[in-house]
Amino acid sequence: MCLGVPGKVISIDGMVATVDFWGVWKPVRLDVVDVDVRPGDYVLNHVGFAIRRIPPEEIGETLALFEAILEQAPAGDLLAAEVRHDMGRPEDDEADR
Amino acid sequence: MTSRRDEQVGQLKFRDPAQARRLTEALAERFAALNRSELWIMHVCGSHEQAIARFGLRAVLPAGLRVVMGPGCPVCVTDMPEVDEAVVLARQGVHIATFGDMLRVPGTVCSLADAQAEGARVHVVYGAVEAVDLARCTAGEVVFFATGFETTAVATAAVLRGALPANFSVLSAHKYVPPAMEIVARVPGTRVAGFLAAGHAATITGWGIFEPFAARHGLPVVVAGFEPLDILAGLVRLIELIGAGEATVANMYPRCVTREGNRAAQAQLWEVFRTTGGQWRGIADIPDGNLRLREAYADVDARRRFTIDLASLSDTPMPALAKDCICGRIMTGLATPVECALFGRECLPETPIGACMVSSEGTCRIWHHYGGGPA
Repeated sequence: MCLGVPGKVISIDGMVATVDFWGVWKPVRLDVVDVDVRPGDYVLNHVGFAIRRIPPEEIGETLALFEAILEQAPAGDLLAAEVRHDMGRPEDDEADR
Repeated sequence: MTSRRDEQVGQLKFRDPAQARRLTEALAERFAALNRSELWIMHVCGSHEQAIARFGLRAVLPAGLRVVMGPGCPVCVTDMPEVDEAVVLARQGVHIATFGDMLRVPGTVCSLADAQAEGARVHVVYGAVEAVDLARCTAGEVVFFATGFETTAVATAAVLRGALPANFSVLSAHKYVPPAMEIVARVPGTRVAGFLAAGHAATITGWGIFEPFAARHGLPVVVAGFEPLDILAGLVRLIELIGAGEATVANMYPRCVTREGNRAAQAQLWEVFRTTGGQWRGIADIPDGNLRLREAYADVDARRRFTIDLASLSDTPMPALAKDCICGRIMTGLATPVECALFGRECLPETPIGACMVSSEGTCRIWHHYGGGPA
């Protein structure tokens, strides 16, 4: 029951969207999704409810994260630059220690 | 015309074999740099276990890196007395509507499928919406036996906030994962060095919820999606954090998860539910690990609407074999299904003894289906 399935919104009638899941069309409720959903958007569906609109640019962001992992120097630099950034600590501090 | 193709292309990006190979190599490099003979990672989601088994990811992990499943199957952690409550109601003549996985989960004396065989009216539904539809076209009382974690509870909450037929109520066995992670993180004997958090639960709660946990237990947490590349990349990042000694949270699923999560969904969840302590099957009594209906929803709370006398079940003994079931150890990462004497012998998908063999999200069922994993 915990499966989350992405699908594309075909049409919307009030709080119910018709969503295409790989060729299977199902009704999906829009009550709990926190942004406006329009036909053409991708949504993550869970037990009949859209829980997230998936913006296409964020798919690109995920892929860029993977690239970042692959482009790092493999040895001697275990902490990704991006993680450092997340922690608000510039790389220079690391070198100082 | 393009919708299916677009989506397939989007999905396939996260299954690209060349990218998977590069990530596998990165994983091996990072793990080698740790210089540890053994490392345990825990994930807490049946969908992660399914993806790991289905795509054969354990076969490409570096030797010594063990990815174990924690209490991430809502069916598995539903406690026997909760099943008993549904069975008692079903035997009283109430229509029970629930997820298909719940039917064969053993209670203290029998499952809902057993009750159905005795003549009780038990219906399989896809979710709360269907349960309400069933109530609309049924003369008698309909109780939705609601299981699942916060993601599923949000759907139940949304339904309860809407217009309901008078003969509909909810028996909530919903569970809340973050408090369970607290328990398994410090279970005696655990060697878990980091957590892979469930991307869909985090879609609701946000990844920020894991920050206090990571700091408190000194364990890094990485939120990951469910495609093979999501999981491999999540493991790479987790090993980086372990290697750096950083007990922080990283989000490797930004296409669905934000720091704050889905606030509209959270608001609905907490308007309808409150947390309470209670047993998770085979694991422990988990403070704040259960979701119960708030006072404002007492009218649609099956525990208020009906007298549920569990003592009426007490004469029938529990099957003796269940004593050998090690589901509890499996769900805390202390054992794998192949270490269970019952696995694949007395305990089979057709005749499950432990709950982990019942659900398509249970570790034993998944290992049985996909041919198990390395011992």
